[in-house]
Amino acid sequence: MAQAAIELIGINKSFGAVRANRDINLEVTRGTIHGIVGENGAGKSTLMSILYGFYQADSGEIRVAGKPVSINTPNDAIALGIGMVHQHFMLVDNFTVLENVILGAETDALLKSSIAKARSELERLEREYGLEVDPDAIIEELPVGLQQRVEILKALYRGAEILILDEPTGVLTPAEADHLFRILKQLKEQGKTVVLITHKLREIMAVTDTVSVMRQGTMVATRVTRETTVGELAELMVGRRVLLRVEKGQSETGAIKLSVKNLTVKDSRGVTMVDDVSFDVRGGEIVGIAGVAGNGQSELLEAISGIRHAVSGEVMLEGKPIELTGKADPGELRDRGLAHVPEDRHHVGLVLAFEENENSILGYHDDERYLKGPFLNVDAIMADAKDKIEKYDIRPANPRLKTANFSGGNQQKIVLAREMEQDPGVLIVGQPTRGVDVGAIEFIHKRLIAMRDQGKAVLVVSVELDEIRSLSDRILVMFAGRIVGERGPEATEGELGLLMAGVEHQEAAE
Amino acid sequence: MDSFNAIVQVLDSTIRLSVPLLLACLAGLYSERAGIFDIGLEGKMLVGAFAGAAAASVFHSAFIGLGTAVLISVAFAMVHGFASITHRGNQIVSGVAINFVAAGSTIILGQAWFEQGGRTPALQPGERFEAIVWPGAEAVRNVPILGPVYAELISGHSILVYFAFAMVPFTWWVLFRTRFGLRMRAVGENPAAVDTAGISVAWLRYRALICTGILTGVAGAYLSMVQNGGFVKDMTAGKGYIALAALIFAKWKPVNAMFACLLFGFLDAASIRLQGSPLPILGKVPVQFMQALPYVLTVILLAGFIGKAIPPRAGGVPYVKER
Repeated sequence: MAQAAIELIGINKSFGAVRANRDINLEVTRGTIHGIVGENGAGKSTLMSILYGFYQADSGEIRVAGKPVSINTPNDAIALGIGMVHQHFMLVDNFTVLENVILGAETDALLKSSIAKARSELERLEREYGLEVDPDAIIEELPVGLQQRVEILKALYRGAEILILDEPTGVLTPAEADHLFRILKQLKEQGKTVVLITHKLREIMAVTDTVSVMRQGTMVATRVTRETTVGELAELMVGRRVLLRVEKGQSETGAIKLSVKNLTVKDSRGVTMVDDVSFDVRGGEIVGIAGVAGNGQSELLEAISGIRHAVSGEVMLEGKPIELTGKADPGELRDRGLAHVPEDRHHVGLVLAFEENENSILGYHDDERYLKGPFLNVDAIMADAKDKIEKYDIRPANPRLKTANFSGGNQQKIVLAREMEQDPGVLIVGQPTRGVDVGAIEFIHKRLIAMRDQGKAVLVVSVELDEIRSLSDRILVMFAGRIVGERGPEATEGELGLLMAGVEHQEAAE
Repeated sequence: MDSFNAIVQVLDSTIRLSVPLLLACLAGLYSERAGIFDIGLEGKMLVGAFAGAAAASVFHSAFIGLGTAVLISVAFAMVHGFASITHRGNQIVSGVAINFVAAGSTIILGQAWFEQGGRTPALQPGERFEAIVWPGAEAVRNVPILGPVYAELISGHSILVYFAFAMVPFTWWVLFRTRFGLRMRAVGENPAAVDTAGISVAWLRYRALICTGILTGVAGAYLSMVQNGGFVKDMTAGKGYIALAALIFAKWKPVNAMFACLLFGFLDAASIRLQGSPLPILGKVPVQFMQALPYVLTVILLAGFIGKAIPPRAGGVPYVKER
């Protein structure tokens, strides 16, 4: 029997009245990849923070390699060979890779010997695990995937035998995620232990040996990955059977509501991101745009919603052109019935420091319904917010709570509720369920389909292929700024994958 | 030859006038690089100036004066730290409070102790830092060009002047070549990265503030014990704020800081020199115009000529551990 790398016995942790972890028992076998899944707020991150010394458990015992230990600070964890790759990278953006690696692990008061040592050590790690990265590169100039690699290197440089990764793929493109999984498997082969926290079940199935499921602060089950299924895990996570594929009826398409013709968009560096793109969206259909992140989908959405200027082309909303260059006005578009759920809810969709009720009318605050003369009609806004909270099952159901205190899934629901409840003719949605847990995904998908059934035109951009296939009536695939193919919802993953990788496109070009 | 001598004299006073700015600017560099905005440089200089002059006058020793100046200034820096690091208070409010306390307390204590209208007694020889004349300075004074440069610009300053300029490469070395510097820069950019690396954010920031306190203390001592022969109320006269402007100018880099402070010192020196004398083209300009020039230039340069100055990213934000 292989030895346990980590044992957690009867861990309890409360924040005020909230019991984040209740009587958790967990055993992670050395040299395996152990997944921990659960919805947002199930207590996964709290548990790992306890293991990494960020928090102290109220009660319970931690054993590392069979010995009871007390971990009071991250230093204790590092000394025990526990390394953590945080969801939001703990890197200094304008430092070099080397400087980030040695920070906190310097050999002496001067940097010279530390840097020399780190340089040779990075070379060794690169050879052993295939973790290549330029040691002199500045972090903020590296792509996200490489930044994450630096986080892993940081942990390994400190001699980590046990590596905890908190939602590592949330920021990665599918290709980067695959690369990460190969690295994790390599780490495992070298005898390291990996704990992978995620809410993406596919990743669990793809890479882990064992998986533990958390729900509302408790550990509900541990399974050998080979012997379980996505359906079983999803059910354990939410405590009821969820439809991973939302059922929907035949679409009844109506008139063209949104028409894009020969649209070309450049980014701030002058690189063409959207290249001569044309398509139509009719009322009563969901058009999904699939593609690997960074192939122009974001810029396309931004141009249509009036946030980014287009170079050329034409976009018609309900038969009338919209201003694309110079004076595009998102507010005017909103009045004309174009609702937009942006990809990045933190920076574009919400003001996190506002209360929920304020965000639930943001952008529509000039609407007569919310005004009393020149002033905001607080009673009406509150009633409206409460109504949306109930309809969209936003939790906690407190319109006065600061938006930053809602979980990612609930923040997304706040944005969706705001945009959908305006009864727009056209809804464009970027990454509808990014960072959202399984239960909420199902809910959001159902709402989008309900919009479609009411005869609205819905345009969805997502990097989750499953989501695109499940929602769309028509699928457009973007690659290198162009639409390289259109398929029906019955298209296979492999077929779309090839299109997304630009394979067919390149062959056609030759 | 006369005009050459005039230039040397202006440059000489440029150096003298730059020193308090440079010390304060480097002081600000330590705290801001660690992520603590310090608008209280002015106040810390002022208490340093008062404490230095008072102690030097009472104990008849320049070095006891300097030590006291540093001690009191560091104490004020710790108050700033206690408010803004330990208690996560607003750094601007805390800094402004320190400036007010400094301005008020120096006058009250000065009056209570010395009864000279808020001044400290005029410092006697031995209680001030005297100019150090370098070997051969007098001998070469009459050598054309190099003579006056050596005698006026290089030789003949107090030890604090040499200290201030030595702090420029030293600060650079600390920032970029030592463990403390690496961690300090990191804590000003992303304290969470420092925390997760197992290093105490608070202790690092306190240490940076100690450096700030030492340098503002020396800057204050320079004002009251070198430039002036005693403390006069409000003698810092906004130098702490100019030092902050210079720091932004310098993009938080030590060598740039030196040049920025020399530029402000030069404008100051030139405005004194040109008072009352007619300028070419413009003719005679009011003295107030010349005195305002450094500030006007600050606004113009900051507005467009120095490019984007990106402050340390965690500056001004108290560190709260996230969950």
